[in-house]
Amino acid sequence: MKISEHISASRIAWRLSIAALQALLLLILVTTTCAQKKSSCIECHIKLEDPRLSAPAKLFDNDIHHARGLSCNDCHGGDPNADTKEGAKDPRKGFLGKPKTADIPAYCGKCHSDASLMKRFNPSLRVDQEREYYTSVHGKLLKTGETRVATCISCHSVHGIRAISDPLSSVYPSNVAETCAKCHASADYMRGLGIPSDQYAKYKTSVHAQAMYEKQDMSAPTCNDCHGNHGATPPGIASVANVCGQCHARQAELFQTSPHKAAFDQKELGECITCHSNHAIRKPSDQLLGTSQGTLCINCHTNGDKGFVAAGQMRSRIDELIGSIDKSTEILNRAERAGMEVSKPKFELKGATDALTHARVLIHSSSEGEVDKVVAPGLEVAAKGYQAGVAALAERRFRREGLAVSLVFILFLALLVYLKVRQIERRQATGANGV
Amino acid sequence: MAKKKEVPVHRHSIWYYFGGMTLFLFIVQVATGILLLLYYRPSSENAFESVQFIITEVKFGWLIRSIHSWSANLMIATLFIHMFSVFFLRAYYPPREITWISGVLLLFIVICFGFSGYLLPWNKLAFFATKVGTEIVGVIPIVGRPMLRFLRGGDDVTGATLTRFFGFHVAVLPAAATVLIGIHVLLVQQHGMSVPPSLAGKPLKKMKFVPNFLLRDLIGWILAIGVLAALAALFPWELGEKADAFAPAPAGIKPEWYFLFMFQTLKLIPPKIWRFDGEVIGIMAFNFVALLLFIVPFVDRSPESRRRRLIFNSLGVLALTYIVGMTIFGYVT
Repeated sequence: MKISEHISASRIAWRLSIAALQALLLLILVTTTCAQKKSSCIECHIKLEDPRLSAPAKLFDNDIHHARGLSCNDCHGGDPNADTKEGAKDPRKGFLGKPKTADIPAYCGKCHSDASLMKRFNPSLRVDQEREYYTSVHGKLLKTGETRVATCISCHSVHGIRAISDPLSSVYPSNVAETCAKCHASADYMRGLGIPSDQYAKYKTSVHAQAMYEKQDMSAPTCNDCHGNHGATPPGIASVANVCGQCHARQAELFQTSPHKAAFDQKELGECITCHSNHAIRKPSDQLLGTSQGTLCINCHTNGDKGFVAAGQMRSRIDELIGSIDKSTEILNRAERAGMEVSKPKFELKGATDALTHARVLIHSSSEGEVDKVVAPGLEVAAKGYQAGVAALAERRFRREGLAVSLVFILFLALLVYLKVRQIERRQATGANGV
Repeated sequence: MAKKKEVPVHRHSIWYYFGGMTLFLFIVQVATGILLLLYYRPSSENAFESVQFIITEVKFGWLIRSIHSWSANLMIATLFIHMFSVFFLRAYYPPREITWISGVLLLFIVICFGFSGYLLPWNKLAFFATKVGTEIVGVIPIVGRPMLRFLRGGDDVTGATLTRFFGFHVAVLPAAATVLIGIHVLLVQQHGMSVPPSLAGKPLKKMKFVPNFLLRDLIGWILAIGVLAALAALFPWELGEKADAFAPAPAGIKPEWYFLFMFQTLKLIPPKIWRFDGEVIGIMAFNFVALLLFIVPFVDRSPESRRRRLIFNSLGVLALTYIVGMTIFGYVT
């Protein structure tokens, strides 16, 4: 075969390959277009002028169910392929329409309580939400016919339901309190239900809200962390310590072994909330402990009783440790500003700060002995830090004094060399003049 | 040779002392560096702790370390003064071309000493300064990327970079510096002290190099020890915090003062100049100026040309003003 013939055959083969590829792409495009689901519900509803009727179609684009391939008829039934309203909403084709409030949990539960069905979409998702819901105050009231209570859509919204990990979801941690507050912060809405409506306002002042909204700590507790979500119920006096103990485990454990436990049980006082309150939990400070005005202990204890003495001693030991840490920090900072290397003692001083934190936890045992077990070593660490600061400043003084002495010698030596130069040059001048 | 050597005495004689002062500070560096080597451990796990040990536990370790750091900075300062005095006094005129070239090479070696030594305590500032410094090398077209990988011992500043910099700092650079200093000093002894063109032909007083000039040098060196001791005692060189590759870079990070004019220039250059990357143009410009330094004695050879003298004086003043101005600007911004 000549070279020109070979090139021509190659060109034909190349063109045929391109044509085949184009045909294949066209086939894929046609197949994909035909395979897309028709939804006459969306097509009609999105054009409706009444926002109540058009909103579901508009919101559905962002819905997690839409993302997972579900459509209107998967919840509402009917025929999405029909081109007429009657055909689409034909009861013979299973059209259910808008559910009543009382039916919503079961409506969602059709799928969400079906373990084998949910495995197809999200195998890790729990399927007991509906069952749990009926153990909640909301669920119990719904069963009695009270329709003001929250159902699935009250919290998760409807048609625009987002995954709980989506920051725009109404049940994303930073949005939960606002979602609950929609009902619980409305005095009008809650009227007749026998519960206050100031929980949200109080929560916003709490240390937990501060962590959530100011520090953006999404692990900070919000409503559902203490009350539960689907089974939302007030914890009650008997179990409040268990609720707080989920995070504050050590404090809860110490409280259980403290003399307060029996006394609180006897007086039917809520374990943690009696001192810390419930929704408006402020950042605890040492000022809450002790026997002076403004402390919490004197609310129950009087001068001379055992608890009064213990509270006074615990506070005094903690104050002593704070004072010692401050003193050591101050001298170490002073040494550092003077250019001394004190990073090691500063690091070691963290041991005293750790002891202080530990002591602040141990006050939940209400035992001055337990508190002292960590305060005493903390004081030793702080004292070592102070000694290191003193030593660093003494070393600085030594260096300066040493410098002064050295400079005297150095200048003296320089003077001697200078005099030697003068002497040599005088001799040289004398020699040059022939004297 | 040195015994027969004589040093001219005139109003610019003071500048003759800066070469000897730089040499003295280099000797201080070698002596204190050897002492630091007794305790220093060149690894990312141990470097910081070993320097901390030197300055807190070793007897007079703080003094040795502080003198090493201060002396390094003073040496770079005296080297700059020496270079500019040689430039303005035209001490590079024939037959001193090689003396000038060996001096310029020594300037770059000393800067490399400073750059490599800065990382060795493995503290936060040094870590990020090295990161930025080596990144600048990396933007040089064609050779930049391989050079960056060579300097860092990988893609990032790690323990491998520290080991490498340690090798450069205590072996490669000292060896190169010793050879060049030998050549430089030998040439100075051979050619004698240069007389500025403005004083050439005029009758000048002379002093013997040994002992007159050498003893005067000695006074300067003794006083330098005093200055180093005072700086070390009153302003001990900080250690800072240990380097952490995962920590954010400290705010307002700046290089050592002798790199600041270049750093500030690169900050002020717009990101794009026509089609080219502004940073690349800036770095190439500095490289070009560095190359120009080598050819100075071959371009300006004639003491008679007043026009050329004016041009070179103006260029020198411009360069000096630029370096000082940009350094001050870098510190105040």
